[in-house]
Amino acid sequence: MTVPTDPSETFSHYAHPERLVSTEWLQAHLGTPGLVVVESDEDVILYETGHIPGAVKIDWHTDLNDPVERDYIDGAGFAALLGRKGISRDSTVVIYGDKSNWWAAYALWVFTLFGHEDVRLLDGGRQKWIDEGRDLTRDREAAVPAEYPVVERSDAPIRAFKDDVLAHFGHPLVDVRSPEEYSGERTTAPAYPEEGALRAGHIPSAVSVPWARAAAEDATFRSRAELDAIYRDEAGLNGDEPVIAYCRIGERSSHTWFVLTHLLGLENVRNYDGSWTEWGSAVRVPIVQGSAPGTAPAAR
Amino acid sequence: MSTVDLPGQLAEIREDFLALEQPDRLMLLLEFSNELPELPERYRDHPDLFERVVECQSPVFIFVEVDAERAVHLYATAPAESPTTRGFASILAQGLDGLSVDEVLAVPDDYPQSIGLTQAVSPLRLRGMTAMLGRTKRQLRERVAALD
Repeated sequence: MTVPTDPSETFSHYAHPERLVSTEWLQAHLGTPGLVVVESDEDVILYETGHIPGAVKIDWHTDLNDPVERDYIDGAGFAALLGRKGISRDSTVVIYGDKSNWWAAYALWVFTLFGHEDVRLLDGGRQKWIDEGRDLTRDREAAVPAEYPVVERSDAPIRAFKDDVLAHFGHPLVDVRSPEEYSGERTTAPAYPEEGALRAGHIPSAVSVPWARAAAEDATFRSRAELDAIYRDEAGLNGDEPVIAYCRIGERSSHTWFVLTHLLGLENVRNYDGSWTEWGSAVRVPIVQGSAPGTAPAAR
Repeated sequence: MSTVDLPGQLAEIREDFLALEQPDRLMLLLEFSNELPELPERYRDHPDLFERVVECQSPVFIFVEVDAERAVHLYATAPAESPTTRGFASILAQGLDGLSVDEVLAVPDDYPQSIGLTQAVSPLRLRGMTAMLGRTKRQLRERVAALD
């Protein structure tokens, strides 16, 4: 790792404390050689209204998604993007964003598909930085281009496809959408327009743990003890079995993936990014409606 | 894309966007966001008049007014931390301002899809603007029915 980790006591209780930095730590380390700060938001022009000095912008829709196929960019595309943003393979990347780091966690997960080693989240994200009265700037992005190697994506370890979910039945599934989406009252998050799923409900046997339960009021992650109570005690994720998390298009479940993998230390957690927009429109896949998980069909 | 003749100011906004490269279109959207007109004094303390555009992810509220000359005015509020949504509201508020009732009702429903933002902004966000336009027209029909 290029830049030292944040030694904060709070983080030390998490399984991988090196994956988080505090706002104080970031303030003190801005400008450190080898450190690149990335803002990744839901809102495509929020960065331009003011961002952390020196931060570059990576947008989930225009930068990370392939513009034609429903997939992420490939190794060459990722290399070109990161090079343009001044990121090298050994850079320490700290990502932050709006909505309790919902989209920042999504970007971090995509970085992980390409095996970028040192990528961290700013605990509390954009909101906490602003609430603490720290500096923002409207300066245009001014990255010094860097060389980033072409590394092909390695999907299998952390990304699940529809067939993987069908083969996974009998092991834990986590649905991180709102209770209304889970029960089948609606197919999109409350206050979001309908987005392309033909059927409503959830994948059989999936437990409901809305993603935002992992975030505190100030947008930071909840403590280790609180997260253990939610995910281990309540949802029964004890780390003995592989887990798949999903939501609507895989963004909210990236946040949960981060919590399970890096804060609780569960191994073999995958994010099903096809999520409900695929499952809810696919032909001949089982669906359960109502607030109970339902039983797992035979794996196929 | 619709072939109906657009009112001048909406056509001009569309041309301004289409004349730009993709990243600059977002900068223009940001300008619109910054220019969302303040509510006139008389509506500032009347949240009851405003309708929430529930299709938008952030709290956006609109109110359609028909003045004594039967010209239409759209007033909108949206939070600063949702500049994209503010930008959409501002495009409509400025693009529709002062048009006649019939002109507003004739604005093609796919106007939001026609201003060159479908690549830069996700489909979900653009649908929020479509919903804003749809709700504007519905409110307008109600206002006119109440006047006649």
